Amino acid sequence: MSHAEDHDGSRRDFLYYAAAGAGVVTAGAVVWPLVNQMNPSADVQALSSILVDISSIVEGQQVTVKYLGKPVFIRLRTQADIDLARSIPLDDLRDNNSRNPNKPGEATDQNRTMDEEGRWLVMIGVCTHLGCIPIGNVSGDFGGWFCPCHGSHYDSAGRIRKGPAPENMYIPVASFVDETTVKLG
Amino acid sequence: MFKKLTITALTALTFVGAGGAMASEGGGHVRDFKFSFEGPFGKYDQAQLQRGLQVYTEICSACHGLQYVPFRSLSEPGGPTLSEKAMREYAASFEIFDPEIDDYRPAKPIDYYPEGTYPGAPDLSLMAKARAGFHGPSGTGLNQLFKGMGGPEYIASYLLAFTDESKEEAGTVYYENPVFSTGWSAMPPQLYGDDVEYADGSPTDATSIAKDVSAFLMWTAEPKLMARKQAGFISVIFLTVLTVLLYLTNKRIWAPYKPKKSV
Amino acid sequence: MSGIPHDHYEPKSGSEKWLHRRLPVVSLLYDTLMIPTPKNLNWMWFWGVVLFFALMLQIVTGIVLAMHYTPHVDMTFASLEHIMRDVNGGHFLRYLHSNGASLFFVAVYLHIFRGLYYGSYKSPREVTWIIGILIYLAMMATAFMGYVLPWGQMSFWGATVITGLFGAIPWIGDSIQTWLLGGPAVGNATLNRFFSLHYLLPFVILGLSIVHVWAFHSTGNNNPTGVEVRRGSREEADKDTLPFWPYFVMKDLFALGVVMIVFFAIVGFMPNYLGHPDNYLIADPMVTPAHIVPEWYFLPFYAILRAFDGDVWLVMLTNWLTFGVVDAKFFGVIAMFGSIIVMAMVPWLDTSSVRSGRYRPMFKWAFIGLCIDFMVLMWAGAMPAEGIYTTVALIGSTYWFGYFLILLPVLGVIEKPLPQPATIEEDFKAHYGDTGAASANPAE
Repeated sequence: MSHAEDHDGSRRDFLYYAAAGAGVVTAGAVVWPLVNQMNPSADVQALSSILVDISSIVEGQQVTVKYLGKPVFIRLRTQADIDLARSIPLDDLRDNNSRNPNKPGEATDQNRTMDEEGRWLVMIGVCTHLGCIPIGNVSGDFGGWFCPCHGSHYDSAGRIRKGPAPENMYIPVASFVDETTVKLG
Repeated sequence: MFKKLTITALTALTFVGAGGAMASEGGGHVRDFKFSFEGPFGKYDQAQLQRGLQVYTEICSACHGLQYVPFRSLSEPGGPTLSEKAMREYAASFEIFDPEIDDYRPAKPIDYYPEGTYPGAPDLSLMAKARAGFHGPSGTGLNQLFKGMGGPEYIASYLLAFTDESKEEAGTVYYENPVFSTGWSAMPPQLYGDDVEYADGSPTDATSIAKDVSAFLMWTAEPKLMARKQAGFISVIFLTVLTVLLYLTNKRIWAPYKPKKSV
Repeated sequence: MSGIPHDHYEPKSGSEKWLHRRLPVVSLLYDTLMIPTPKNLNWMWFWGVVLFFALMLQIVTGIVLAMHYTPHVDMTFASLEHIMRDVNGGHFLRYLHSNGASLFFVAVYLHIFRGLYYGSYKSPREVTWIIGILIYLAMMATAFMGYVLPWGQMSFWGATVITGLFGAIPWIGDSIQTWLLGGPAVGNATLNRFFSLHYLLPFVILGLSIVHVWAFHSTGNNNPTGVEVRRGSREEADKDTLPFWPYFVMKDLFALGVVMIVFFAIVGFMPNYLGHPDNYLIADPMVTPAHIVPEWYFLPFYAILRAFDGDVWLVMLTNWLTFGVVDAKFFGVIAMFGSIIVMAMVPWLDTSSVRSGRYRPMFKWAFIGLCIDFMVLMWAGAMPAEGIYTTVALIGSTYWFGYFLILLPVLGVIEKPLPQPATIEEDFKAHYGDTGAASANPAE
C-alpha cells in the first residue's frame, strides 16, 4: 500500500461508505429473521387450508366445520331457498357487497354461492354485528339465519336484512377439489 | 512468541476439549457410508428419501413411531417431496387417536405420525441425531469432523451388523450386534436383501436398503438441513465481504500511526 | 476524576445545553466512547467486545426462542421440535443460541487467560477482576440452567448431578437440594424455575458487565507491557493513547468479523458438533445415560470435582481432621468451587511487582503450564472417571491449585524480571517506528 493513498480522499471515502453500507445491510439481515419468526409457523399455516368431505350432506342440511378457529357453515340449499334468495331485488339489501373473495361484486345470490346453480352456500358462521354464531335451518324473518344475541336476520343467502348487523356474513376462500370435496383456504 | 503460543494453545484447547466432550456408544464398528447430504454443500437425494420412506413404512413402522414428524412435511421442499395428493393418501393410511372425537380416525396432513406401538421400541424421529455419537480415535470425534460420519452411518451400520447369535435373558431374546452399545439388541435383524420392492428399480440389496432408510431418518431428524447450510453459506460469504471491508478500514485508520510493522 | 486527561463533551447548541443540564447522557456516551486507550493493545484485547456481542446475541435469540418455548415436562421436548421444524427460521435461531453459548465461553476463557498473562488483575484493577469472576459465575449458572431447558437426557441428568453437588454439603445439603429442585427429584418445578432464572440472569450479567466496564474505565485499560499510561499531562497521555472511537472500535469490529465467520460456519455446517447427541432423546427419569458429561466449557471444573476420591491422602486427612464431616464427595465440591475462588483471589496471591508476563521469564513457563493444564483437565473431564483418567485429573487439579497458591506467591519473590519499557509510547515505537517518521520498510 502506498503512502499516496493516505491522501487520496475519494478512495478513502469510498471505503468508509462501503464499510458503513455493508454494516447497514448486516443489521437489516439480522432484523428480518427476528421479525419473521413471529409470523405464523408452518403448523399454523397448514391449518389455513383444509379439505371438507361434503358427500354425506343432504339437501336442506347444514354442516358446521371449524376453520381457523371459527365455525364455517356448509349448506346444501333447497330449491325453495334458492328461489327465495334470487327473488329479492338488490335494492332491498342493506349491504350490496357479495363479501365473497371468490366472487367479488354485488351481493347477488349467484355471487354468494359456490356453484352457478346456487346449491352450495359456504360462509363463515359469525354474525357481523358482534361475533355471535347465528342459528340456521331457515330461521329468522327471511328464511335464513337469525342471531339470538341482538336479533340480526339473514336471508337464505346469508345476507343481512334486519337488525343491528352491518354486513352480509363473510364467505371464506373456498373451492371444489372434486364433486364431493370442498377446500377451504 | 509466547503470546502466539498461548493463542494457538487456547484455540486448540477449545476444539480438543469439544471433541473430548462426547465420548459415546458405538465405537469402532461404525462404517463410513457416503451420503449425498454430507459436506457443506450436501443435499438430500429426493429419490433416496422416497425409497427410505417406503422402507420405514413397510418395515420399521410396524414397531417404531415418528411422533415429531408431521405428514405435511413429506411434501415440503427439501424432503421426499411427495405430491400433495400422494401425501394426503399416505397420511390417511395411518390411524391416529383424536381426543376431540375420542376415537381413532385416518390421519390428515396436519397430523403427526403415531407413536410406536411396540413397547420399548424407541421413536425414530430424532434417532439420526441422537446417535451421532463420536467416532474416531479416543472419542475425539475427528471422523465426524473430517469424514462426516454421524447418526446415519450408525443406523446403517447397526442394521447391517447383526450376527446370527441370539440369547435369552429374563424372557426377552437379544440378538448380537457389535455396533449396538451393549452388543446385544432387543430388535431382531430386519434386513436380508430384497425386503422391499422399489418402483424406480433401485438396487434392493441389504446395504442399499439400510442406506436409504438411514438417509430418510436423517431427514426426519434434520428436515431443515439444506436451508440451514444455505443460510450458513450466505452468512459466511457476506461476513467475509464485511470483514475485508472492516480490515481495510481499520488499516486505513491506523495508517498514520503505524508507518512500519514489526515482523 | 483521576482518569487519563482527555477531551470531554462540551454541549454547544441550546438544546444540547438544555439536555446536559438535566441528563448528561450524551456526555456519558461521549466519554465512554472517546476513552483514551493504550495504543499498543494487541489482538488478545478484542475478546471483551466479542463477549459483549455474544451476550447480545444470546439475549436476542433467547427472547425470540422463549416466544415458542413451552416449559412443561410433557410439552417441552415437542416445543423444541416445533421450533426446529415449523417456526420460520427457528432451526437457525436455536442453533445460534446453543452454539452462542460455546462462543461465549471460548471468548470468556481467552479473555480470562489474557488477563492472567498480562497481569490485568493487579492493583489497581482488582475490582474489575472480581466483577469479571462474578460475571463468569453468572454465566456458568445461566449456561447450566439453559442446558436443562431442552429437556433431553443430558439436560435431565446434568441437572440431577449438578444439583446433587449441593446435596454434598453436610447436614443441610439435602434440604438445599430439595429446595433448589422444588421436589425430591428434577421435575416440572425444576424446569419452570430454571426457565425463569435462565431468562433473568443474562440481564444480571448485563448489569455486571456495565459495572465491569465502568471499573476499568476508571483505572484505564491494562496493556501488553503492563506499564501505566502517563497521566502527568495531556501531551504525555496523548502519546500513550488513542481514543477508543474509531481506532479500537474498528479494530475490534474487524476481529469480531473474523470470529463471526468461524461462528456462522459452525452454526451452518456442524451445529451439533459441540452438543451431546443424547440430548436429542427425551428426558427419561428411569434411564441414566451410560456416560454423563457436561458441556465442554464445564469440563475442567468437572474434572477437578471428580479428581478427589476417597483414596487421595489429602481427602483422607481432611476426613479424619473434620471427624468425617468433609467426606470425599464434599471435598470434591469444595475443590471445584475452590478452583474458581483461587482464581478470584489472584490479585493478592501474585506477589510480583511486574504486571505483564512478557517481562517475567519464569512466570511464562508457569503460565504455559496452566494453559496446558486447563486443556488436560478438559480432556480428563470428558473421559470416564476411572483408571488413568482419575490420576491425570488429580495431577491436573494439583497443578491448578499449585499455580495459584504456590507458584504465583513464590515466583514473585525469586524471579528476576526483564527490563520493562519506560512508557507505552516507547513500546509502540519499538514495534511500529516513530509516528509519522518516514519508514524504510513498509513491508508486512
